[in-house]
Amino acid sequence: MLASLTREILQSLRVALQALGAYALFFVRLLGEVPRTLLRFGLVVEQVHNAGALSLVIIMLSGLFVGMVLGLQGFDLLERFGSEESLGSAAALGLLKELGPVVTALLFAGRAGTALASELGLMRATDQLAAMEMMAVDPVRRVVVPRFLGGVLSMPLLAAIFSLIGIFGAQLVGVQLMGVDSGQFWSQMRSAVEFGDVMEGVVKSCVFGVSCSLIAVYEGYHAVPTAEGVGRATTRTVVISSVVVLLLDYLLTAAML
Amino acid sequence: MRVRGLHYSFAQRAIFTGIDLDIDRGSVTAVMGPSGTGKTTLLRLLTGQLQADRGVIEVEGEDVAKLSRAGIYRMRRRMGMLFQNGALLTDLDVYENVAFPLREHTRLPERLLRHVVLAKLQAVGLRGAYRLMPAELSGGMARRVAMARAIVMDPQLLIYDEPFVGLDPISLGVVLRLIRRLNDTLGLTSIVVSHDVHDLSTVADSCYLLSGGGVIASGPPGTLATDTREDVRQFMHGLPDGPVPFHYPAPEYVEQLRQLR
Repeated sequence: MLASLTREILQSLRVALQALGAYALFFVRLLGEVPRTLLRFGLVVEQVHNAGALSLVIIMLSGLFVGMVLGLQGFDLLERFGSEESLGSAAALGLLKELGPVVTALLFAGRAGTALASELGLMRATDQLAAMEMMAVDPVRRVVVPRFLGGVLSMPLLAAIFSLIGIFGAQLVGVQLMGVDSGQFWSQMRSAVEFGDVMEGVVKSCVFGVSCSLIAVYEGYHAVPTAEGVGRATTRTVVISSVVVLLLDYLLTAAML
Repeated sequence: MRVRGLHYSFAQRAIFTGIDLDIDRGSVTAVMGPSGTGKTTLLRLLTGQLQADRGVIEVEGEDVAKLSRAGIYRMRRRMGMLFQNGALLTDLDVYENVAFPLREHTRLPERLLRHVVLAKLQAVGLRGAYRLMPAELSGGMARRVAMARAIVMDPQLLIYDEPFVGLDPISLGVVLRLIRRLNDTLGLTSIVVSHDVHDLSTVADSCYLLSGGGVIASGPPGTLATDTREDVRQFMHGLPDGPVPFHYPAPEYVEQLRQLR
């Protein structure tokens, strides 16, 4: 019983290590192709539009609601200590350092990540990638890398927009609804938020951008070329991205505190 | 193209156990065989998408197995391939699909590129459909656009993987005629993989019949049609039972019924 359990654990570890190795090799391959892809920047811009611009509505709406909730909860909490004028700094720090990058990454994985994975999976299933290979066009260079870079560039921009809209949402609830003084709200925020806090959010969103985009293009590119395979790749993209984002968030927070 | 002693297995199952093929320059060669005999696998081996376990595949005297990745890409630039479903890029329209290899491999001025693309579309009769998206094309039209794309780089070898699947009789006739006409007018060499015996016989110069991991018959279509060997006869005349049995291997019928009970 114990022996078989140990065997199973070792086997799972081996599979996990193999997957990690495959991810690392694929990442190195992508990085190797980045300089040449940047020479055809139009392809990347197109993907920034697909991954970034098309995610804007969901990011802005979510940012607004998260900010509004933060405004309500923050006001309720701070009022107990008689320091509701600190709402601005609390909301801004929460959004810039934590909620902005993390929630944006989770939403990105759900919207753009699944779109990337299913698009690449379908291209594999309908022989489009094989056709490119036969036309002596490397699909990794022509299709995968521009999508990867599109995701990497979009994420920090989306996270910044999320945080800005979130702060506006918190202000809307805190100042307009709950009656926090507007001057206090903004001045507290200005004095509390430092450059390092903003950079923490930027670093996090860049790291999440690389991870989420890598996971999406890897899963899509290696999807089993069937309807079930593409579905599984899409699901794996969301699940793996979410777990990795939360794990990396903890590690990055611990490293940057 | 020359193939000698080709061996290939997948998932511990032997697909090919020593295949020899000779594809003559300027000919249309048909590769036929029942489903699951590895016809598409053979094409993937010939084009360097898969690596053979043993044997030699030579394209214009070059051993495919010894080519680097760049060498394989150089070889493929002299080849065109038509996939079963056309494999058109779904985010590009017909014009851009045909222009795709030119844009990737050449720096032709837009005006010249337009001339080449429209000429190729004219050759397959779809110049008027140049702005349509792949989703707006019928199966036959998609196959013809894929043909235009396959010949846009003026290849020496054109490979067709099951080009007749799912086509209505008119489209099938068009594709058949195009295979022969493109081969002759452009001076190509063509390999057509299919199990459509009768239609293929009308355009092929020579045929190879694959079964059981090897070539069981080869020669001009007329010779294969009159071959009296049981396995060749079953395939060429579409007999339901023979060396390829009608029934999938199963235990005794009564025994199986008892087990279910």
